[in-house]
Parts: sequence; C-alpha cells; structure tokens
Amino acid sequence: MLEIDNLHCKIDGKSILKGVNLKIKKGEIHAIMGPNGSGKSTLANVISGHEDYEVTKGSIYFDNKEINDLGVDERAHEGIFMSFQYPVEIPGVTVTNFIKTAINETRKSQGLEDMSSSQMLKKIREKANLLDMDSNFLSRSLNEGFSGGEKKRNEIFQMAMMEPKLAVLDETDSGLDIDALKIVANGVVKCSNDDNSVIVITHYQRLLDYIVPDKVHVIMDGKVVKTGNKDLAKKIEVVGYDWLKKSN
Amino acid sequence: MSFQDKLLDSFIAFEQVIDLDNPVHTVRKNALKRFESDGFPTKKDELWKYTSLKSIIQKDYSLSVKSNPNVGLKDIEKYSINDIDSYKIVFVDGVFNPFLSNTTHDGMDICVLSAALSKTKYKKTITKYFNKIVPDDQSLASLNTSYTKEGAYIHIPKSVLPEDPVQILHFSSGKNKPLWLQPRNIIIVEENARVEIIERHQSLRSHDGATNSLTEIYAEKNSFIDYYKIQNDIETSNLIDNTFIDQQRDSNVRVHTFSFGGKLTRNNLNFYHKGENIQSTLKGLTMLEGDQHVDHNTLVNHAQPNCESHQDYKGIFSERSVGVFNGKILVDQIAQKTNAFQQNNNILIDNKAKVNSKPQLEIFADDVKCSHGCTIGQLDKEALFYLKSRGIPDKEAVALLTYGFANSILKSVNIPSLKKRINSLISKKLGVDLGFDL
Repeated sequence: MLEIDNLHCKIDGKSILKGVNLKIKKGEIHAIMGPNGSGKSTLANVISGHEDYEVTKGSIYFDNKEINDLGVDERAHEGIFMSFQYPVEIPGVTVTNFIKTAINETRKSQGLEDMSSSQMLKKIREKANLLDMDSNFLSRSLNEGFSGGEKKRNEIFQMAMMEPKLAVLDETDSGLDIDALKIVANGVVKCSNDDNSVIVITHYQRLLDYIVPDKVHVIMDGKVVKTGNKDLAKKIEVVGYDWLKKSN
Repeated sequence: MSFQDKLLDSFIAFEQVIDLDNPVHTVRKNALKRFESDGFPTKKDELWKYTSLKSIIQKDYSLSVKSNPNVGLKDIEKYSINDIDSYKIVFVDGVFNPFLSNTTHDGMDICVLSAALSKTKYKKTITKYFNKIVPDDQSLASLNTSYTKEGAYIHIPKSVLPEDPVQILHFSSGKNKPLWLQPRNIIIVEENARVEIIERHQSLRSHDGATNSLTEIYAEKNSFIDYYKIQNDIETSNLIDNTFIDQQRDSNVRVHTFSFGGKLTRNNLNFYHKGENIQSTLKGLTMLEGDQHVDHNTLVNHAQPNCESHQDYKGIFSERSVGVFNGKILVDQIAQKTNAFQQNNNILIDNKAKVNSKPQLEIFADDVKCSHGCTIGQLDKEALFYLKSRGIPDKEAVALLTYGFANSILKSVNIPSLKKRINSLISKKLGVDLGFDL
C-alpha cells in the first residue's frame, strides 16, 4: 500500500526528515510515536503532499507508484486521507457542502458521475450516526466554533465519507476526553478493513487500546529508530523515549 | 470645451424640453449654480482621495439620445429576474420604455418621475419630498438635481405591502454616441408600508458611457425597505451612484450592493436617522478583476437615540483591480444608546490588486457602542491545503473559500431568485460551478 524509502525533507531550509523508511501493507494499522519535534506531523504532511515541505531525497510509493510529484488533491484522489491535528476553520462553508464537493470532485477525477443527492444524504446520515454526530452539526460552517472534540469527530466523519485506502491520523486523540476518544476510535475501527490501511500518529498509548496497531514505529530526530508490536507503545508509556536515545 | 462647461451650457437646451413653471425647476437652477461653483470633485477632496474622475470627465458625452435605439425584450431579458412576478421600470438610454416595463397605479405608484412631475395630483408629494434629503455640498448630487427629468418614482402608501419586488433597470444601448445619463429616482414608503427593490445599470454593448445616478429614499415610521443594487456592467462603463436615505422612527432599511463589474464604480451611500429605534443595514460584496475600480463611500448619521446600524463590506480583488472603502459613522451628541458596527474585509488574490480601507468614526455621544474592523489579506494557505487534501482541486478550493468568505453578505438576501442569480454571477466570475447555492 505505502512504501517510504529513505525520505528526507526540509521546511524553510531546515532538515526535518533524515531518511525515513516505512512499509505498510494493505489491511494493516501502524502507529507512529515519538517525542515532540521528532518529525511525526511532518511525515503526515509530506505523505499528504503539503507544498511547504520540500522532499530533498527519497521516494514515497503508493500502490507501487511513486507519488512524489503528485499534488495534494491528486493524492487524495488516489486514496490518501489525512486527519488534521488542527483542522482549519472555514466560515461560510457548511460541513455538508464541503463533503459533497470533496466527494464529487474525487469522483470526477475517477471519471465517475456526481453522487445523487439522495445517495449522498443517505451516506451522510449513516456516517454521522456512526460518529454520534448531531444532524444540525452538518449545516454548521466547517469547524467554525467547533470544540476540539467536535473538530476531531468531524475529521473522522470526513474519513468515513471519503473511504480512503490510506488514512493518516495526526494526533487525532489530542484534546479529546475519554468519551469522545472512544467514539472517534470506534469510528476508525469500523471503517478499517482488509483493503485499507491506517497510520495513527500519537503520543499516548490510550488511543492504541482502541485502535490496536499491527506495528509501532518510533521516530526520533527524523528517523525511524525502533519498530515493534503493540507492546512497544506500552513500554514507551511507562519508560519514555530516553532508552531509545541511548541505543540510537 | 470641457465636459463641465458643456454641462453648464447645455442647460439652456435642457430647459426647452421641460416645464419651467414647475417649482422643481427652481431647485434645478439652484443646484446648477452649486455645481458651477463646486465643479467635479478631484483627488484633493478628502472623500475622493482614492478615486479620480479625471479619465471620465475628460471625454465627451451626449446628454440625451437623438434616435430611438430600438431595444427589445430579447436584448434585455437576461439582465432582469424573470422567474418571479415583479414590477419593472425600464429605461433605455435614459428614456422610459413602457413596453418593457410593468408599472402600476393600483393602490400605490410604481411609475416614472416624469409623470409624477407633470401631473398635478403628485404635486403635493413632490413638493414635500423632492431633494429634501440631498445635501448641498456634494457636487455630483447637485449636478444630478440640476438635470432632474426622469427616473423611477415609487410611492407606497400607508400600510400597503406589495407582494412583488420592483426592478429598476437602466440600460445603455451603446448604439449612440457615449451617453452621460443622470437618472433620478424617488422612493417614498409610508408608515407601516414596505417595498423590495432591485436596481441595475447595464450597457448592452461595449461603449464608454457614464451614469451619475441619484436615488432619494424616504422611509416613514415603521416602514421596511429592502434594496439591492446589482453592479455587473461591462468593463467600459462607469457608474456614480448617489443614494440618500431618510429614515423616520422604527423604520428598517437594508441596502445590499453587489459590485462585480464596470470600469469605475463609485457608491455614495448615505443614511440619515430622523427618529428613534431605527435599523440600518449596509452590506456590500465586491468582486473585481482586470483594471476595475470600485469605491464604496458610506455615511451613517446617527442623529437620534436608540438606533442601530450594521455595515459589512467584503471585497475580493484579482489582477490589477482596486477597491476603496471609506465608511463614516457620525454619532451626534443627542444619539445616546447608539449601536453602530462596521466591518470591512478584503482578500487580494493577485500582487497588483489594491485596497484602500478607511473607517471613520466621529462620536459625540458618550453612551454608545461603536465598533469597526478592517482586514486586508490573502486566502488562507492552510485552508487551501485542507480543502485540497480532501480531493478538491486548486481552482475549486479557491472558489469554495471565496464563497465562504462572501457568505455573510449573501445569506441576508431575502429574495430567493435574486440570491440564486447572484450565486450564478459569482460562479461565473470564479469559473467554477460548485453545484450548490449558499
């Protein structure tokens, strides 16, 4: 599904990723952990194609195709989705109109007709239910005045609507209370299946109690320094990252 | 001969075609004298600092048409809203066209000023209202007054609530020499009455004419007026719009100005409060490209206690277009408990686009709530990334953000088919059909 090969990148002339290698197969859930400033969010942004990040070396392959040169929207069309750590507020555009535009533009890129209004409405209702979202939420301006929890829930709602092949969840658990965390995690689990993959970027083990990863990677100073199973996350929760620094 | 001299000289010829015994004529003559001494405004005038009329008044214009331009329904149809019933007052090259219009005298007057000036039954009303709210110190208003002859005349009597809106449509055929048009509209809405008005100035073919329009609006006690100005003229036409609104107690007047076209557009929009508990709303959406220039000059004079005014102007400027916002809120000493709010937000799409925004608050009362805010910026790059990461291509993402930005102006448009029309004008401007209306 996704293969990252010796990826180096810079932002504003500063090197952030210094040779990341990562391989995620179809149907797998991977967690990425690491201390602040280690390059986790950068990795999410680079996978999504954020234009401020300059890839200086290495490649990203998605479905065996190099996507380094694809634009942000083109990567989305290929099936890459990122749940933002800080979703942007867009006044004047309702959640419904936004998601309709996103879905129909993606369909257009695949040579498909617009989804019919009734089908769209049905899908919106179904996915909103999945995330326990109030229907008036859908006619509100995108993220405007949303609480932290509502914003994250809205991200996963969009993921559920877009049905991506690869979802990159960038600190989706930050700012969530335990009830909201359960709803969000449950939404992710329900959407994940044998044909799609998930990358969960997090600081905390607690999210991984609900979204159980097949593999856990630790990034430090722009490199993957350790890969293990879910027990690695548990160990980090207890002892932190210092022991990895020494072994590095 | 300068165009100003031509205007002064041509007055004798103008006097040949009007009734000199009408008391209005004294008002005309006095206005001409004022225009003669004041002249056209220049950039030295504080209120004209960012907009120059020089290129416009250097040209020569005809003041009236010599031949019938022969304009039919098919020529003008697309510029009016036809999917709802409405009254229409249509002028072509400054001349009323009864065939294209739908006027009424049934329980209210929706007709033309020339009729109101010539018939004795209107004399009392004309004497009571004509030019009563127009200040003496605005030379373009004086110029319009001096040539008062034709325009819309709308008089809604006490407690009458017309179901249908009124469309005031001014067309230039472009078939004659460039014209200098000066329509004069008078709108009187009596106690407990209401009216919705859509006004549009449109050239039917490329032609560098100019319009110096003046509209007097009288909102009597507890009346409601909803006024929409659609400015989407071709890129060679110029418009100076002078609007003066007299509001009596408990009245509510809203003016929305959509400025999408034209070469140079200047809006002088003035509200004068004459009683308590008045509401005034001024909203504007400006979307320009090329070398277009739009100047919004607003005044709200809070002259009585307990009144409210809300101003919200938004602008999106591409290429080399220029926007000006000069919004003045004047709160007299007596006008305690005033709530006056003003907001002007602008987005510059291209490097060469320019905006001059100047809020002006003059407050002489001590127990008021007044605020103003002004921003000039670009589309939020992170917002664009967010939209694109959901598969929305660049052009559509820009359009969606622009729609979102414009939404606070659009959402208060109360005539659905007008809202739809404006939506489609915006889509066309953005080159994107998003498949939904806001």
